[in-house]
Amino acid sequence: MARVVVDVMLKPEILDPQGQAVQRALPRLGFEGVSDVRQGKRFELEVDGPVDDAALARIHELAESFLANTVIEDFTVKVEEEMVEAGK
Amino acid sequence: MSRTPLDTVEHAAETPDVELPWAELGLKKDEYERIVEILGRRPTGAELAMYSVMWSEHCSYKSSKVHLRQFGEKAPQSDALLVGIGENAGVVDVGQGYAVTFKVESHNHPSYVEPYQGAATGVGGIVRDIIAMGARPVAVVDPLRFGAADHPDTKRVLPGVVAGIGGYGNCLGLPNIGGEVVFDSCYQGNPLVNAGCIGVMRHEDIHLAKASGAGNKVILYGARTGGDGIGGASILASETFDDAKPSKRPAVQVGDPFQEKLLIECTLEAFQEKLVVGIQDLGAAGLSCATSELASNGSGGMRVTLDDVPLRDSTLSPEEILMSESQERMCAVVEPDKVDRFLEICAKWDVIATVIGEVTDGDRLEIYWHGGKIVDVDPRTVAHEGPTYERPYARPEWQDALQADDAGKLPRPETSEELRDQVLKLVSSPNQASKSWITSQYDHLVQGNTVLAEPEDSGMIRIDDETGLGVAIATDGNGRYAKLDPYTGAQLALAEAYRNVATTGAKPLAVSDCLNFGSPEDPAVMWQFAEAIRGLADACRQLGTPVTGGNVSLYNQTGEAAIHPTPVVAVLGVIDDVARRTPVAFQEEGQLLYLLGDTREEFGGSAWSQVVHDHLGGLPPVVDLERERLLAEILISASRDGMIDSAHDLSDGGLIQAVVESALLGGKGARLVVPDGLDAFTLLFSESAGRAVVAVPRSEEVRFNDMCGARGLPVTRIGVVDGDTVELQGEFELTLAELREAHEGTIPALLA
Repeated sequence: MARVVVDVMLKPEILDPQGQAVQRALPRLGFEGVSDVRQGKRFELEVDGPVDDAALARIHELAESFLANTVIEDFTVKVEEEMVEAGK
Repeated sequence: MSRTPLDTVEHAAETPDVELPWAELGLKKDEYERIVEILGRRPTGAELAMYSVMWSEHCSYKSSKVHLRQFGEKAPQSDALLVGIGENAGVVDVGQGYAVTFKVESHNHPSYVEPYQGAATGVGGIVRDIIAMGARPVAVVDPLRFGAADHPDTKRVLPGVVAGIGGYGNCLGLPNIGGEVVFDSCYQGNPLVNAGCIGVMRHEDIHLAKASGAGNKVILYGARTGGDGIGGASILASETFDDAKPSKRPAVQVGDPFQEKLLIECTLEAFQEKLVVGIQDLGAAGLSCATSELASNGSGGMRVTLDDVPLRDSTLSPEEILMSESQERMCAVVEPDKVDRFLEICAKWDVIATVIGEVTDGDRLEIYWHGGKIVDVDPRTVAHEGPTYERPYARPEWQDALQADDAGKLPRPETSEELRDQVLKLVSSPNQASKSWITSQYDHLVQGNTVLAEPEDSGMIRIDDETGLGVAIATDGNGRYAKLDPYTGAQLALAEAYRNVATTGAKPLAVSDCLNFGSPEDPAVMWQFAEAIRGLADACRQLGTPVTGGNVSLYNQTGEAAIHPTPVVAVLGVIDDVARRTPVAFQEEGQLLYLLGDTREEFGGSAWSQVVHDHLGGLPPVVDLERERLLAEILISASRDGMIDSAHDLSDGGLIQAVVESALLGGKGARLVVPDGLDAFTLLFSESAGRAVVAVPRSEEVRFNDMCGARGLPVTRIGVVDGDTVELQGEFELTLAELREAHEGTIPALLA
């Protein structure tokens, strides 16, 4: 078992109205000094079996075709933790 | 950060031999040479950016304008027209001191690439056109066309488009009151997402986009400028998807409807206080378009400092700033002593507003960046004097064979059983089936002024609470008819929209059109385009409804395969009191059903030929515009005098489609008889134009017949509203439950 994290962010040139709304709210709440906020999505996938190249390729494919809208979003895939199978 | 020296005007003059990427920006060699000739030197990078987007097909109408002129030349005299073609949108007098502005535009390519945002920003764009005229937007409509209903890609595109339209419109608080949804495999790679908007204002509030008066300030307000949609305008409209390299894929823009809502309020408040001399929305070609159009529509020149444009991304180059298509931006020209008040209003609405330049008494558009002059052009050469092409056109050689393939020769149902099956098949086919699964995703009641919305024949909005004054709008287009005969097809689209408006009781006044075609470089497509415009302009003249504006979308094709020629026509009408409207739904049992108009054996391009035989051939129905006008007068009079309780226009699907819709909406059946001189099949499925079916209360029977008789409109009694079945006597009977399942189940089953 392993956790693979897919982070999805709007491409840098794409407008992010949600991030903007957060950024505008910050000074109102007394948090100064933040000039820009961009908001994304984080997916945590619990993967059965070893995360080998084939598994990563599959996750890459699912991220590209389903989790992210690659017309307007970029994504990154990273393996977060290897859980020792014998542990439980 | 080290950059190559700024490409200023002086620099360009000193370095005539620098190669510029004009071809990559979509310009042809002779177009580039023309720019050099106009300027007397090579353009700077920024000038090239401006010319390339403004001379693209999308912005310059270079292939279409020689034909579009007919809308002006053949325009009928109309007292109702306050502002004609050429402005952001036309303006129509609807009486009682009110004026209405409306327009339909396309956002086809972006909606294929990114359905949600493409469709959403399409709504945003047309709404800004309306506010730029000084009108408050009150409703939107969306004529849509997709590939085959059961194609997997339709399941990707359609839900995104519908959600995008619904989402954006909803956030703005604009009801969606009409439109169409059509499926045809010819739209598979080229869905058509057209968006229309209606705005209302008082006569004295009409505003035109121009920059006059030296010293007046140019204010950019709304969203910050980012790197989205750069070059979109030229690339979207000048190449088909096949040859677009990945790097040239249109960068999609993401809209922010809440920002747009602020823009609406802020703009209208500035208008209210008479702070604005001229205004322009930023759509395709962004600042390039706004500055050059404002300047060339005004009397003088304009000087702009690009450094003052608020940016979302500080690394943008001046060329990119000029080309950016960031959404929700507007540009206003304001007298110096009113600038403070204008900025105050913007601040109140939380809208960023910045003075970026001023009107000068010269005749040049000059743009500065980091102290250097990077643009020095005659704005007219950018905005209005772009290239004009007389593209060759020729009637395609397959047209004769297509027209000879007469749909009248197709096998017809021989037994009552077959007739009944084909009725069910027709009303459940994706094009004829209920679209409520789609339209119910839109808010059609917000603002509380909606009188009629889908699936009525036209959408209707009340614009005055006291008097009940209202406006109606219908959009129609039939690519199958237009493929068979583009001249007649375009006229049929107008005739249908005109009829739809009249069917609800409103008087048709004016027309906006969205002309969707394939590549103008194909002589066959160009012929379709020329024929459609000729047909539409002729018909507008005859019906007395001028074209007030619209939009052309070309290059809707993948490889060699162009879409059906699809002129979509919107007709706007006025009704003195919306309480007198006529709905589609049957109201009361016992009312008499009359068929108005003549029914002929016309099946070319019909829904029946498509659904039962998968056939497209022959000639479309004959158009008789005088008959359409007479029918409209009768429908309007009958509505005003309370002689009819429901009415439905007959178009694709013919009589049976209309009766089934009226029956299902009213929850009341109908007993029909085949009148003398017609056979059951022709009665049910013919698509002859100039017809409607009306339900007349028995108390009005004599008066209604007398009126039709006196004016010479053929009227045939075909049955009565009755029971919970639709029955054709001696042939078949279908229960409403059965029909409802067939008619309403199709779209959810395919798409939900």
